[in-house]
Amino acid sequence: MSIARKLLAAAATAAFTLAAAQAQAQDNVRIALVVKALGIGFFEAAHEGAQEAAKELGNVEVIYTGPTDTTAEGQIEVINSLIAQNVDAIAVSANDTDALVPTLKRAMDRGITVISWDSGVAPEGRQMHLNPSSNQLIGEMCVKMAADHLPEGGGDVAILSASATHTNQNNWIAEMKKVLPDYPGVNLVTTVYGDDLADKSYREAQGLIQSYPNLKAIIAPTSVGIVAAAQAVTDAGKIGEINVTGLGLPSEMAGHVKSGASKSFAIWNPIDLGYAATMIAYNLATGQATAEPGAEIDMGRVGTVTLDENREGAMAEPFVYDASNIDRFKDIF
Amino acid sequence: MRLLKSREILLAAAILVLLAAIAWRFPGFVRPANLANVFNDTAILIILALGQMMVILTRCIDLSMAANLALCGMVVAMLNATVPGIPIPLLILFGIGVGALLGAFNGILVWKVEIPPIVVTLGTLTIFRGIIFVISGGEWVNAHQMSAAFKALPRAPLLGLPMLSWIALAAIALMALFITRTPLGRAFYAVGGNPTAAVYTGIDVGRTRFLAFTLAGALAGLSGYLWVSRYAVAYVDIAGGFELDIIAACVIGGISIAGGIGSVGGAVLGALFFGVVKNALPVIDISPFWQLAISGSAIILAVAFNARAERRQGRLILRNREAAT
Repeated sequence: MSIARKLLAAAATAAFTLAAAQAQAQDNVRIALVVKALGIGFFEAAHEGAQEAAKELGNVEVIYTGPTDTTAEGQIEVINSLIAQNVDAIAVSANDTDALVPTLKRAMDRGITVISWDSGVAPEGRQMHLNPSSNQLIGEMCVKMAADHLPEGGGDVAILSASATHTNQNNWIAEMKKVLPDYPGVNLVTTVYGDDLADKSYREAQGLIQSYPNLKAIIAPTSVGIVAAAQAVTDAGKIGEINVTGLGLPSEMAGHVKSGASKSFAIWNPIDLGYAATMIAYNLATGQATAEPGAEIDMGRVGTVTLDENREGAMAEPFVYDASNIDRFKDIF
Repeated sequence: MRLLKSREILLAAAILVLLAAIAWRFPGFVRPANLANVFNDTAILIILALGQMMVILTRCIDLSMAANLALCGMVVAMLNATVPGIPIPLLILFGIGVGALLGAFNGILVWKVEIPPIVVTLGTLTIFRGIIFVISGGEWVNAHQMSAAFKALPRAPLLGLPMLSWIALAAIALMALFITRTPLGRAFYAVGGNPTAAVYTGIDVGRTRFLAFTLAGALAGLSGYLWVSRYAVAYVDIAGGFELDIIAACVIGGISIAGGIGSVGGAVLGALFFGVVKNALPVIDISPFWQLAISGSAIILAVAFNARAERRQGRLILRNREAAT
């Protein structure tokens, strides 16, 4: 046992020095994009974005890696091997907020830049975290999408949420209400709750259609609710009259966008997310930016991110999917 | 028999009072077209309540029906997504077959291994949900992956009502015939009413329970297809928590949890009562927190009423016996 361990340690050291030498020789910035698991469309798309950033920057090599299933243990192994390879930066979408912290701390001790994106790591285990979006941007986008497809003179709009006790949902709805004065055409009539059950959401949507004859849009910031509402609108023969929008996944919404029940909906764009994470990792690793509260970090074509006191920032407003781009994204996630 | 009949009439009256109260707040609810919608929305619950009724009549309970529904729904949805060419009737028969098989699995455990039904079905509930996750990998089957015919069947109108409603009506008629006119149907009552006496009349209690579970499973399989095609989506958690709605519908309908008492009319009315409450709450604009409280109170009121009706009958018999000894 101990011999095996020594051998392993020796091998690791050898790999370490070899990799370090290689890195110096190539003078490339090596950024590892660690995902929750390999083979997930969402992360493959993020990889595409990372490659785009690498091409733009020139001297960047992206190492796309992750465990085969979504476990923290698998990610720890992957990160350990990345530490051994002495990469310049690790950008991770974590399977567990806390489990990765000791390993990532070790990486930072070795001078490796560590950031988390998409799914975050506790503050002590990373230099910064990139959220795909923020509550405020999500709320604003939901109202904007509803307003964009209202007929002349506006109309009634209702919100179909998950459960009345869901923190995220309530934050988004609160943000939606804040921006309402900017959209005079949007007359928010009520908020109903489908509890993220397909049948209850469907029934609530049916109730909305009955109760509000002037209803022109349903905003459902939940993936179960938006699909159920779109189906209810279709079955009621109200396509073209009532537009269903909110947050959903392209693979789940493709049929309803094609039928016209949903003109547009939003969710983060994984390509932009991978691109932005790579840009940030590069800027931090090359010392062009430092991750501290209040810092503004450049993300290339996506813009800049401003960090809050927890060194967290929001990338951008959610990306809008409609008939023009749904086919491209429906097979991704 | 007269008592049972009057209980159904009372429940029907309660539904009418409920409808009147709703109409007072939202007149549009009692339009015939909307009432047809409510019936259509309740169709799946009715079919499942009929299945559950058979099981409860034999003094058992099936907690796995909603999970069975979800598994069958996922199987037919995945089959349709991968091989869109399979004719829909064949697919439905396949779904019913899978459901019956899952139900038979419950039945075998109750019959041959003699595990209490509540434990068996609590176990299979989680097993079925687990299997859905394994076969689907946690992925959804979405509207655009299902063939048009797959989604169209429950919606296809026939004489003004969608097929889904007709299927429920057919299930009610067949079940009424089956439960009142066939030896097996009567055996359900005998087994639940007094298992010991049933054995003396030559009824195999275990086998009868096994058949009740199998038939309930078949109905859950049918509902699986109907559910998935109606809501045009299949994922692991569909119909989550629905097993309790099914049992609640039966209990409201006056089917005794102690077995042996209940009727098709009761199960249907119980499901309809539940369906009216569920459909009315969204349109009469009541806070979601109140909605839960109101649904729950309706169940407890109905059960309390039924329990009182049953107890009165039981006490009279006991008193007579005590007086005799």
